[in-house]
Amino acid sequence: MWIEKQGNIIDFTLSSLLRRKRKNLALISVYMLVIFFFASVMFFTHAIKKEASIILKEAPEMVVQKMAGGRHELIPLGYIEQIKEIRGAHSVKGRLWGYYYDPVAGANFTLMVPGEGEVEQGGIAVGKGVSRVRFLDEEDEMEFMASDGEVFGLKVKQIFSPESELVSSDLILISEEDFRKLFGMVKGVATDIVLSVRNPKELSTIALKIAERLPDTRIILREEMLRTYEMVFNWRGGMMLVVLSGTLLAFIIFSWDRASGLSAEERREIGILKAIGWETSDVILMKFWEGTVISVSSFFVGVFLAYLHVFFLSSPLFEPALKGWAILYPKFKLIPFIDFYQIATLFFFTVVPYTGATIIPSWRAATIDPDSVMRT
Amino acid sequence: MNMIQLLNIRKVFNMGRPNEFTAIHGVSLSIHPHQVTALKGPSGSGKTTLLSILGCMARPTSGRIMLFDREITSLPERFLTEIRRKTFGFVFQQFHLIKGITVLENVMLPAYPGGEGYGALRKRAMEILDLLSLSKKASSRVEWLSGGEAQRTAIARALINRPSVMIADEPTGHLDSRLSQEFMQIMGRLKQDRKTILIASHDPIVHESETVDRVIEMRDGRII
Amino acid sequence: MLFHPAVLSLYLFSILISLMVLYAAFYGVQILMRWNLQSGSELQLSLEKKTYLISTLLTYLFSFQLISLFSFTHTVEHLHPLFVGAMCAAGTLYVNAYGYPALLLKLFNFLLAGLWLILNYTDNRGYDYPLIKKKYLLLLLLAPFLWIETILQMSFFLDLKPDVITSCCGTLFSTDPSSVASEIASLPSLPMKWIFYLVLFSTVGLGLFFYRREKGGYLFAVMSGLSLLVSMASLISFISLYFYELPTHHCPFCLLKKEYGYAGYPLYIALLGGAITGMGVGVLMPFRKIVSLKEILPSIQKRAALISAILYLIFLIVATYPVLFSTFRLEGY
Repeated sequence: MWIEKQGNIIDFTLSSLLRRKRKNLALISVYMLVIFFFASVMFFTHAIKKEASIILKEAPEMVVQKMAGGRHELIPLGYIEQIKEIRGAHSVKGRLWGYYYDPVAGANFTLMVPGEGEVEQGGIAVGKGVSRVRFLDEEDEMEFMASDGEVFGLKVKQIFSPESELVSSDLILISEEDFRKLFGMVKGVATDIVLSVRNPKELSTIALKIAERLPDTRIILREEMLRTYEMVFNWRGGMMLVVLSGTLLAFIIFSWDRASGLSAEERREIGILKAIGWETSDVILMKFWEGTVISVSSFFVGVFLAYLHVFFLSSPLFEPALKGWAILYPKFKLIPFIDFYQIATLFFFTVVPYTGATIIPSWRAATIDPDSVMRT
Repeated sequence: MNMIQLLNIRKVFNMGRPNEFTAIHGVSLSIHPHQVTALKGPSGSGKTTLLSILGCMARPTSGRIMLFDREITSLPERFLTEIRRKTFGFVFQQFHLIKGITVLENVMLPAYPGGEGYGALRKRAMEILDLLSLSKKASSRVEWLSGGEAQRTAIARALINRPSVMIADEPTGHLDSRLSQEFMQIMGRLKQDRKTILIASHDPIVHESETVDRVIEMRDGRII
Repeated sequence: MLFHPAVLSLYLFSILISLMVLYAAFYGVQILMRWNLQSGSELQLSLEKKTYLISTLLTYLFSFQLISLFSFTHTVEHLHPLFVGAMCAAGTLYVNAYGYPALLLKLFNFLLAGLWLILNYTDNRGYDYPLIKKKYLLLLLLAPFLWIETILQMSFFLDLKPDVITSCCGTLFSTDPSSVASEIASLPSLPMKWIFYLVLFSTVGLGLFFYRREKGGYLFAVMSGLSLLVSMASLISFISLYFYELPTHHCPFCLLKKEYGYAGYPLYIALLGGAITGMGVGVLMPFRKIVSLKEILPSIQKRAALISAILYLIFLIVATYPVLFSTFRLEGY
């Protein structure tokens, strides 16, 4: 009984929608576009957040930096021994990394010394982004200007393209000797010191001990970084949504207007339905199904297009707004990542307001008097 | 037993406003079953309003309505609609078919909210179309029908819920004499099937038809 | 201030719900003051049309409220990495004083809206709007609660300070009694189990009894309400432990996580549905003598009682499954 009634009414709703193809297509395209924008922003921020967390997963649990005058300074390698004495701290290592401004590309590259023996002296390994902007192939030579003005070339041994491009794109791996030469860095110092901790519960105790022993250092925990990232990305994504809420508002007004501005033909039809035995709640039901069909179809198409836009076309539409490193990431590709929660949030942002905006107009349409057909 | 009984019905539009006007002034009336009753009168005489009250489409401002001796005056709309759907079939002045869908769909439309299975419903609709020799047109769109076919489609639609009362508002208003005669013939057939029929019309073809058992004349919202 | 997309969507929800209820209440007042079924005046006709609008609004509101309830817990859960010490929703809610009141009020409003819909359903089946005044009085009661909820929820999110060190389910629901939550958690598990099964089985039994005999409606309604409370306490006290297979993890929120197979969703939906329909039977009890409801009310109540009994049974089965089949044994801890 109940199910047949729904079936019959859905049947009629679909045929009504098809009869007014042009009007409904216009509505669906606008609706779809709104969903497309929202979905793109969401997919983009989530995917970036995800990438960041992939990177951070590999990041050291604790980083120790030397501070001088409130600024980050090179840290003496002698500190490593002192930290090693603390119980629970292990694999304590110095790291060498820095930024190099390349005048040819007009961009900053990240230079890093990997573990011993990974890059031999005179050679480098570069990320995809670097190879792209400098048109480098393997065995090509890349020129660097050292801090004393001397220009020297290093041979590209490898171009790497690992899982996530976000970090590796601008990365150049370099040998320790070349690194020290390039930046004029003396032996016995490192950029910072990293370590891991056997028992995560002891993290803060160990951090405290290091701070006591080496009062001129700053200690950064991975957990803190994660939190900061989370905040930054949420904030950015949220800001984008707030900006987009103008669009949403416009769309809500548009759909309200659409739903209340019934054409004479539609009024006549609803009047006929009422006159031949449809009840107000039957018409409301019909309007509900109409809204559902429109919402669901717009939603799926919009989400699908946004997925293509973000993960296959690298979000050409608002990359500059969200990312901020315009030069180095022209072909930045994100790992496809979406989850149910995102889709649900998206749904709440678009379909719920649409539904809310059409309740009252639907009711108005449904309460057309049945005898109106006899009075005209 | 009376089919429908009206007691002192008044219908006022735009009450309390400057353009207030009274369409029906205290009408009392009984409709007898299995008869054809015609409401006669010039336009603006309140025929259509009275017809909509008789057919449970509109509620009177005051007065009482009894259907099969049951008071239905202030029933909520959802009850009234159900009674209307089951008891009355309507044919309107311009037929008011829904464009863009087929004859068959138009005929089935009044039964959709009843929650009947699609198959059974379709079968019944086809039988009715057959009876009115429209089965060949079942899948054509209503825009392509001739005047006579559109009229019979409207009658078929009115019959789909097996009503005991047929209500027609100026059914011959847009028809030529031949089709008007044909309409009255169909009404005659329905009368033989023991349907009660109510027609509002100012067309002499209707009033003078031998099918009609009773003519009620109206003027200025009163029965004369 | 948090700009998380999900938080924004929750604002949107609560604002929408508040506006809807305000609009509905506005016409509710008109109906309460000017309703006159005997009249066929245009005012009365337009008020009757308004009842359709209010029914539709409240139906949407109810479903929005359900979505917002789960979305709220999920979002709160999602935000926990921002707060030192928070390991799940329980911790985030504890960051400021608005969290738990907002959640509880959300739950309460959901139940109230559900009861309203039951009243409305019944009223629509009587031929003379028998419950119209009661229904709209209840609506007027619901409106301010929904507004308070909106305000509480907004205060909660606006007052979330990421540097606050909070405590989480570990301490909040610990067995060391210092708060209501931990007092529930520290309820001895064996007697709690007895109470739980006793109350739930008698509720199911009473529901089926009412379905068969139409007797004991009030008792059944009271028991369904009690079942809701006892079930909540039991979830914290022992049921969750079996899902987590940890003797100290008393959290009622982690059940909604993927790690535990989203078991919380069927549990909570069955529980809330059972409570609404069960209490609905009691709400309808006083109206059994109304002429226009005499014939239909028993069947509505019976159906509600049956649905309630079935939902509570589902809840019992889902909750008992790990107690019986997990290798974890609680007793002895």
